[in-house]
Amino acid sequence: MIPTSHYLYLALALFTIGVLGVLTRRNVIIILMSIELILNAVNINLVAFARHFGSVDGQIFAIFVVTAAAAEAAIGLGIIIAFFRNRETVLADEMDMLKW
Amino acid sequence: MDAVVEFLKPHWMPLLWAVVIVAVLPLVAGYIVLLERKVMADIQARLGPMRVGPHGLLQPIADALKLLLKEDIIPANADKWIFWIAPLISVTAAMLALSAMPFGPVFQIADLNVGLLFIVAVSSLGIFGIVLGGWSSNSHYALLGALRSAAQVVSYEVAVGMALVSGLLLAGTLSMRKIVEAQAEQGIWFVFLVPVGFFIYLVAGIAELNRAPFDLPEAESELVAGYMTEYSGFRWALYFLGEYTAMVVVSGIGTTLFLGGWLRPFPNVAAFDFLDYLPAVLFLALTGYCFYRAPKQPVPIQKAVMGLFGLLCLGLAAALGWSVTLPAEAMARAGILGAFWFLAKVFLFLYSFMWFRFTFPRYRFDQLMRLGWHFLIPVSLVNVMGVGAALVLQRQAGWPLWQGLVLGTVVTLAVAAWLILARQRRPVAAPSAGGEV
Amino acid sequence: MVEQFTFYFFAALAVISAVLVITVRNAVYSAVFLITTLLATAGIFLQLRAEFLFVVQIILYVGGIMVLFVFVVMLVDLDIALRQVQFNRQKWVALLVVLAVAGQLVFALALGSEALGLPAAAPESLEPNTESLGLRLFESYMLPFEIASILLLVAMIGAVLLGKRQKPPRSEP
Repeated sequence: MIPTSHYLYLALALFTIGVLGVLTRRNVIIILMSIELILNAVNINLVAFARHFGSVDGQIFAIFVVTAAAAEAAIGLGIIIAFFRNRETVLADEMDMLKW
Repeated sequence: MDAVVEFLKPHWMPLLWAVVIVAVLPLVAGYIVLLERKVMADIQARLGPMRVGPHGLLQPIADALKLLLKEDIIPANADKWIFWIAPLISVTAAMLALSAMPFGPVFQIADLNVGLLFIVAVSSLGIFGIVLGGWSSNSHYALLGALRSAAQVVSYEVAVGMALVSGLLLAGTLSMRKIVEAQAEQGIWFVFLVPVGFFIYLVAGIAELNRAPFDLPEAESELVAGYMTEYSGFRWALYFLGEYTAMVVVSGIGTTLFLGGWLRPFPNVAAFDFLDYLPAVLFLALTGYCFYRAPKQPVPIQKAVMGLFGLLCLGLAAALGWSVTLPAEAMARAGILGAFWFLAKVFLFLYSFMWFRFTFPRYRFDQLMRLGWHFLIPVSLVNVMGVGAALVLQRQAGWPLWQGLVLGTVVTLAVAAWLILARQRRPVAAPSAGGEV
Repeated sequence: MVEQFTFYFFAALAVISAVLVITVRNAVYSAVFLITTLLATAGIFLQLRAEFLFVVQIILYVGGIMVLFVFVVMLVDLDIALRQVQFNRQKWVALLVVLAVAGQLVFALALGSEALGLPAAAPESLEPNTESLGLRLFESYMLPFEIASILLLVAMIGAVLLGKRQKPPRSEP
């Protein structure tokens, strides 16, 4: 039996790496991928606790997280494509038209 | 070392089947290619491969040797690692799906609780083999063909899923073994209960496999060879192995869910017990044919090969005949006979795939996408609702199941007819000439 | 023993692939490593006896979302992006902050691990996971289920609208 805390440490590691990716990379697509990493870390956490307490509610929440992640990835990528068609760039630093 | 052996001992049978499948699959895929060439030749009123081995029976071995010994070409500026891994993804995804496939009551590597969903999930990983292969080839034809292929596969996955759901509602479980047992319990193959679901699965399955008439992304006259353009030699052979293994997987799912898996026709009716002798008789007839044709071959080596094939068929007939003599509950009897019926039904599927390939003209890509999204998905949704309604009527109102299902099928066919007939576009009037920028 | 081996295998695969996702230069390689991470996560789900979630992860995340990502990465011009600087100017500050937060979380986890002393429920519950999941989903969580389906509908409409090419306005004759 793997103790639940091991799964929590794994989720923490993935979460940290995801946040680092979001804060550090310039390519917007990689930022979106890091967001997916964060959502996966949350899922591991939810399912680990679902197993710990023997209830299935954690897994249901995880399914909803996957659903929301799918919707968000689709829209995010649509925005990126629309932006790329107009400005020919995918670097976050160059998307500064709303800055003063 | 001892710990490893101790750990492996209770799992020796699944390991054995895994090794058998991985070792036998390339050979089987090669012979499916030969079968396709012979069927193509037959439909086109010619003979097909006849030279290498009697009736071309050694052609796959010659082809395999040629592909192995060919020069390995990687296009300049191609992404080496992704170019290398793309065919592997294709093959691995298809082979992994075979791990949950029940080839018989005994020959199954792993009976997962979510077996059917697992097979669908893993075979959908094959898309990456297509897309990454097309992109890494650094060629326009390859990339366009890959994107088109992937779009097609993704579009028809929904229809496949819905068609499978309509069969699953009747089975009540996702485990492949229990689906076949449900058909044995209800005494009828599900294809007779949900024929519309079976038809949708067949059509969408052919589209999933990128086979004609849905093979625009890989047709020779369109995009050279689509995502496989820059692949030659053994890498191409791996892609083809992946495609034919996927054919076996799609046929396997269809057989398990709709055609009764390893059950013989009329499994519970004692009057049809004579069908148990049919496999052995069939192979004896094949043996007789082999030995009859052997002296008529022109060259001694072909006589010898024909004789060898005759002996092989004789061995199979002996195994099948011996298994019938065992008592009805013996594992070996159920295993061997079940494997024969399963493989026979898979062969039926494969034959019909090849038949459709050489009979129907190709769909244009926009027609293909329209068929998938505008026709198959609505019809499969209505089908699922129909089967669900039939089950509710059975449980709440006491209707016999077949009545509800007939009602559901009629409604589905009405919706399909409406989609085809009432939404045909009338020819658009020609736009006025001049004055428009 | 097998459990430990599979857990450490999947955990190592997930973490190493995640690090590679955020460090490699080529966006397609990042996508491939994200696929590996997601597959490793699916393995972790399977180990946690969440077999339906294991399959859902593969079908939806790997077979759906990652296909979207790979499509977009291939439609966006890669050669220019490859030659740019990959990390922005705040990378060292971000690293410091993230490490600080992670350190705090590790500390909290280490302290709280004793509080998680409740023994886990019977590991081999005989209820098939898919059925209990379905029953609970349609009994207690019906409303979130319906809202999720509306969310997906909205996302579909939005994605189609965002992807449409704008036709240039036609001048009247």
